[in-house]
Amino acid sequence: MKIRVKFTKEGDLKFIGHLDVMRFFQKVLRRAGVAICYSAGFSPHQIMSFSAPLSLGLTSEGEYMDIEVSESGSSAEMLAKLNAHTVDGIRVLSWRLLPDGADNAMAGFAAADYTVKFRPGYEPEDLAQFWTEFEAFCGQDEIMVEKQTKRSVKQINIRPLIYQLKISEGEVFMQVASGSTNHLKPEMVFQAFYDSKGEELSPFALMIHRLEMYTDLGDENERKLVSLQDVGTDIL
Amino acid sequence: MRKLALTDEQLLSIEKPARYLGNEVNAVVKDKDSVDIRFAICFPDVYEIGMSHLGIQILYEMFNRRQDTWCERVYSPWNDLDKLMREEHIPLFALESQDPVKNFDFLGITIQYEMCYTNILQVLDLAGIPLSAADRTEEDPIVIGGGPCVYNPEPIAEFFDLFYIGEGETSYDELLDIYKECKKQGKSRRAFLEAAAGVPGIYVPGFYEIKYNEDGTIDEMVAINDHAPATVRKVIALDLDHVPYPDKPIVPFMKVTQDRVVLEIQRGCIRGCRFCQAGMVYRPVRERNIDFLKEKAANMLKNSGQEEISLSSLSSSDYSHLADIVNFLIENKGTGVNISLPSLRIDAFSLDVMSKVQDVRKSSITFAPEAGTQRMRDTINKGLTEEVIMSGAAEAFRGGWNKVKLYFMLGLPTETEADMEGISHLANRMAAVYFDEVPKEKRNGRVQINVSTSFFIPKPFTPLQWAVMYTPEEYERRARVVSTAMKGELNHKSLRYAWHDADVTILEGVFARGDRKVAKGIRRAYEMGCLFDSWTENFDYQKWLKAFEEVGLDIDFYTMRERSLEEVFPWDFIDAGVTKNFLKREWNRAMEAKVSPNCRAQCQGCGAATFGGGVCFEN
Ligand code: SF4
Repeated sequence: MKIRVKFTKEGDLKFIGHLDVMRFFQKVLRRAGVAICYSAGFSPHQIMSFSAPLSLGLTSEGEYMDIEVSESGSSAEMLAKLNAHTVDGIRVLSWRLLPDGADNAMAGFAAADYTVKFRPGYEPEDLAQFWTEFEAFCGQDEIMVEKQTKRSVKQINIRPLIYQLKISEGEVFMQVASGSTNHLKPEMVFQAFYDSKGEELSPFALMIHRLEMYTDLGDENERKLVSLQDVGTDIL
Repeated sequence: MRKLALTDEQLLSIEKPARYLGNEVNAVVKDKDSVDIRFAICFPDVYEIGMSHLGIQILYEMFNRRQDTWCERVYSPWNDLDKLMREEHIPLFALESQDPVKNFDFLGITIQYEMCYTNILQVLDLAGIPLSAADRTEEDPIVIGGGPCVYNPEPIAEFFDLFYIGEGETSYDELLDIYKECKKQGKSRRAFLEAAAGVPGIYVPGFYEIKYNEDGTIDEMVAINDHAPATVRKVIALDLDHVPYPDKPIVPFMKVTQDRVVLEIQRGCIRGCRFCQAGMVYRPVRERNIDFLKEKAANMLKNSGQEEISLSSLSSSDYSHLADIVNFLIENKGTGVNISLPSLRIDAFSLDVMSKVQDVRKSSITFAPEAGTQRMRDTINKGLTEEVIMSGAAEAFRGGWNKVKLYFMLGLPTETEADMEGISHLANRMAAVYFDEVPKEKRNGRVQINVSTSFFIPKPFTPLQWAVMYTPEEYERRARVVSTAMKGELNHKSLRYAWHDADVTILEGVFARGDRKVAKGIRRAYEMGCLFDSWTENFDYQKWLKAFEEVGLDIDFYTMRERSLEEVFPWDFIDAGVTKNFLKREWNRAMEAKVSPNCRAQCQGCGAATFGGGVCFEN
């Protein structure tokens, strides 16, 4: 059976890389005695795949991995089991059974929610003024940025990739297109804004937190975003 | 919540920040206010290397079992963080608490190879601890060194308050009890060191003075403190089944060099190879009980979730219950646990086991003949004959293997051109064995014999400790002799040859048999920027030469000089069990190319029986 696991990556664990998270879970699953399935061959590995890796330094409460197990207790039991074997910073939030034929967490990934705020000490002088200008900037019809491809530099419009944007209490909530075709990182919007003002954005200025990842169950005409965990169902 | 010693910006501007977090699964966190002793244990190399070392894991377990002690880990900050810490004046911190090392009671440094000496200075320096023990005050931690290199601690003696000579499981409890008592009574650093000097295995270098002869050799070493004994006898754990061993090894987030749990099946080696320091200083051989090992293996795998277990010992094939433990691991391994079996002699048994635990087509088999001719192998007492090597290889080839690794040493005493070329010829004959044994239709690709040589370095407490070394040019010439011979072999297309750097060899040679005078060269090299010298990309031989020249150290004195059998060596004050008489006897037999039987075949009366246990009392 295919299981989708949602987890957090916060605190000090924002400094461990994507491969380290994978290695971490391989061992958590073994310590917790989960009946994980292995590939065949001389060096069998756990059948496991992760959704879009989070860059080093970002935090998240919406990370996903898909695994295959031969048996499973109830979702509540499995959560308790796994959480007894994690460390501060990684908490398992859901354990859900995927329907047959569901896309894996990586392939189905279409959008993500983020909050972005300034790291203490890096705030613009007039924060309120900053957010007003930022909101106006994002409200334009077109935000052109340069995109470096293998051969050339292309101009692309990232505005349609911003699905939602809301500013409140010193931070911005953004829902943006993600995945293999159109992938927008929140910092790209900030970079475009700073570029438009001719100002420099410090690489440490932003604190980016991922809230959720979605898959798109709609069609060309209309998006229908469903969180990756809602593709599966709790085991009772 | 614990606050990291480094800021987000700092952590994000260096490579692999996971090295410095200290929050791995099974790391021990205690309340610092509820312990009496804070012990920082350090492996002076980068995290991935240090985390792979079993000795530290054992000590970590042992110290943290004590209610009154909290032991934490420290590794060398990599070059990028080293630079940052100097620029921004960040003091070196221990991983678990992220507190400055300077505030600890002890800084214990394990010294596994000579080329880490500048990293020892880095650790002291970044911690804000004076490099010389003589300059330290009541505020500084007690700096204690241990590990194989302390069988000649003299080149680094001035940087340490104490050395612990022998196996950690033995005397640390006594030492810590004394420390705690001294601290409670408000006694001085000096008073503690005097008390420590009476603990078995403890050497306080500051309590001795060296008198030199005119030619620079040692006249005598004199104790200048009443508490300092004339000789320091190594301490060992006789009963390895009742000493601390980890049940819950720390699980690193990042990939480390030894990414597996390690089961130490025995200590010591019965073989008596004359070049091998480990084989001499870890005498006598002591085996661990099979039930102890089974229990530890199960616990470690369960508590770590690691996917690989490795057996560790100097020569696993000599362990009496090898088949038992290997079969246990294979039967109980469960899904996804790999078994790695280093240091196995290649024979029917080991090949059978290996075929069960690894992919024959992808793996290679390893032989360490160490020398190319029988005469040379007899000289170093490597009791391996060509017949045994070739029949092992034939068996492996028939079993489907076609990759072989061969390890040799060059620059051994009495080595001739014939011995050098012998390395190439042996490899060639092994390739021929493949063509004889495996019919054409069964061959799966070409047989590949990978030969690698290192240069022999005479080590203290070995029978070859009197040997003369060579110049870098001469070492390289010897490697070229092998290389040229190989090109002329019939099966040259199946042979590959790689050799180690000769410059590092020279320095290791100086440190291995150096005296206290060498310390100023190490310090000067460190000041000039030498660091991570065991990393080829960091090693700068020219800088070392310049440093030695500036402080007036003559490298040849340590490497090229003929040492008489009567010479007083810097390490003679240590009683490592093996007597100097035994070593002399073995040196003389080496010069006659005579082999000596191993401990189980016939005791050689080396002196280690005085410890009262192990292989010496098996019968
Ligand atoms: S005393 Fe004999 S048996 Fe014991 S270690 Fe020495 S040589 Fe081996």
